[in-house]
Amino acid sequence: MIADVGIVFGRVMFVMMFVLNLGGLLTWVERKQSAIMQDRIGANRASILGLRLFGLFHPLADAIKMLAKEDFRPARADRFLFSLAPFVSVFFALVAFASIPFGNVLHAAGREIPLQAVTLNVGVLYVFAMLSLGVYGVMMAGWSSGNNFALLGGQRAAALMISAEIAIGASIIGVIMVYGSLDLQSIARAQGQLLWGWIPKWGILTQPLAFVLFLTAGIASTKRIPFDTPEGESEIIGYFVEYSGMKFGMFAMADFLETIVVAGMTTALFLGGWQVPYLVAGGFQFPWGATLALPPLVVTLLQVGSFVTKVVVMIFFLMLIRWTLPRFRYDQAMRLGWLALFPLSIANIVLTGLVLLVTRPA
Amino acid sequence: MNLGQRFYLREVFSGLGLTAGHFFRNMGRHIAHSLGRRDARGAVTIQYPDERRRLAPRLRSLHRLVRREDGSPRCVACMMCETVCPARCIYIVADEHPNPEIEKVPSRFDIDLGKCVFCGYCVEACPEDAIRMDTGILEFSSYSRGGMIYSKEALLALEPAGPDGRPTSPVPIPADRRP
Repeated sequence: MIADVGIVFGRVMFVMMFVLNLGGLLTWVERKQSAIMQDRIGANRASILGLRLFGLFHPLADAIKMLAKEDFRPARADRFLFSLAPFVSVFFALVAFASIPFGNVLHAAGREIPLQAVTLNVGVLYVFAMLSLGVYGVMMAGWSSGNNFALLGGQRAAALMISAEIAIGASIIGVIMVYGSLDLQSIARAQGQLLWGWIPKWGILTQPLAFVLFLTAGIASTKRIPFDTPEGESEIIGYFVEYSGMKFGMFAMADFLETIVVAGMTTALFLGGWQVPYLVAGGFQFPWGATLALPPLVVTLLQVGSFVTKVVVMIFFLMLIRWTLPRFRYDQAMRLGWLALFPLSIANIVLTGLVLLVTRPA
Repeated sequence: MNLGQRFYLREVFSGLGLTAGHFFRNMGRHIAHSLGRRDARGAVTIQYPDERRRLAPRLRSLHRLVRREDGSPRCVACMMCETVCPARCIYIVADEHPNPEIEKVPSRFDIDLGKCVFCGYCVEACPEDAIRMDTGILEFSSYSRGGMIYSKEALLALEPAGPDGRPTSPVPIPADRRP
């Protein structure tokens, strides 16, 4: 009994620590990666006892700064909702990662431990439900600030979220059709199969169009450049215009957490989840016949490492997009969502259905 | 825009290729630098207080008053610089010089650096080559406006910059920060 509780606790803590630490680290990654992309050095001055560590102490210094700042609340703001909004934003971004599997089922001490925080048979829907709920925090912030610019930002966030969510929901239907499950663990496991005996059956190969659509809509749902119309810092500043201190920091944190969730979802749905190519339960089985037996623990570690690596690479890619593209105007973002992403997702569903009908005899 | 550009995706990837190219090239140089290749630079940044760029020899920096061999100012208080100064930041009070061959000497020569625009007209106008802007000193600041006024004594004490463009005399401490 206690062991079971401990195992559940450990699973949740692993995901929690992974997401939270990565989220804190992303503030550093964002500054450093953008600097290197732009031939600059980036933050490197914060030091503890003369130790600088490539500016790794800057997230720490930022957190201390945020906590020490004045927590200002405008006189016309709704006191309760104004304080609640950043917590709602961060909470839903944080719990969204729960059903993403970071490894296969671990057989240890006579127990079967699924390596994900929560085993849900509708994991895909859960993640998107949580991602969509996150926008409530943003709308709440926009409305409760008592500021017209914030209200505009909140309204834009709602519009952007609807147009992005529709495209996300429609684009992953193709993936669900191919792998025949809503459970992220089963989808990840199904991606371990081989196409024609040698190509790993990853989602990016079976559903390339859905991958592009999902990634575009996923970036839109993180509200970061190129889809930062809710913020629009050059025109309306955005839904957090009245926030300061750590509450403002929490909105920034929620954006980073959503980036991690989108990277995790992309990994789970399109990049094979925790799969390492040709690695099965007993070790490597290469298509040319060679085998390499590995103990189960090493296999599990390789799979978890593979998942983490894929997520980190995806985050790098998302950051690369964020620091490369200029941002869409509000109407352009809407047009892209409703007139490009959504119809293409529907077309992808039809196409996938036809291909499945032809290739898979009833 | 042609069809490929309107489709947007190809242009996105060409942009991503450009920025990713910069990232990996700079990252490689940073790694080479940390592995001992000191000439490899991954960034164009000059980390200013630690690193300084070489100053051009003709750069106009903090003024100095040129001294005669006996240490007195070469300035004869002709008021040329005060007249030509577009910012009106020079204030001179003339006085008799003990040597009858020299007409006058400034008893006060103040430059308000808070007003100075560093145009260099005072150097051009001076008939005695008594004021120059070649100290190489760029960092002078003060907590008050009064501290930005540099007196004759402070300006006389300055030396020209060395051949590498670095200042050879210490940066004068403003009046309001003197202990």
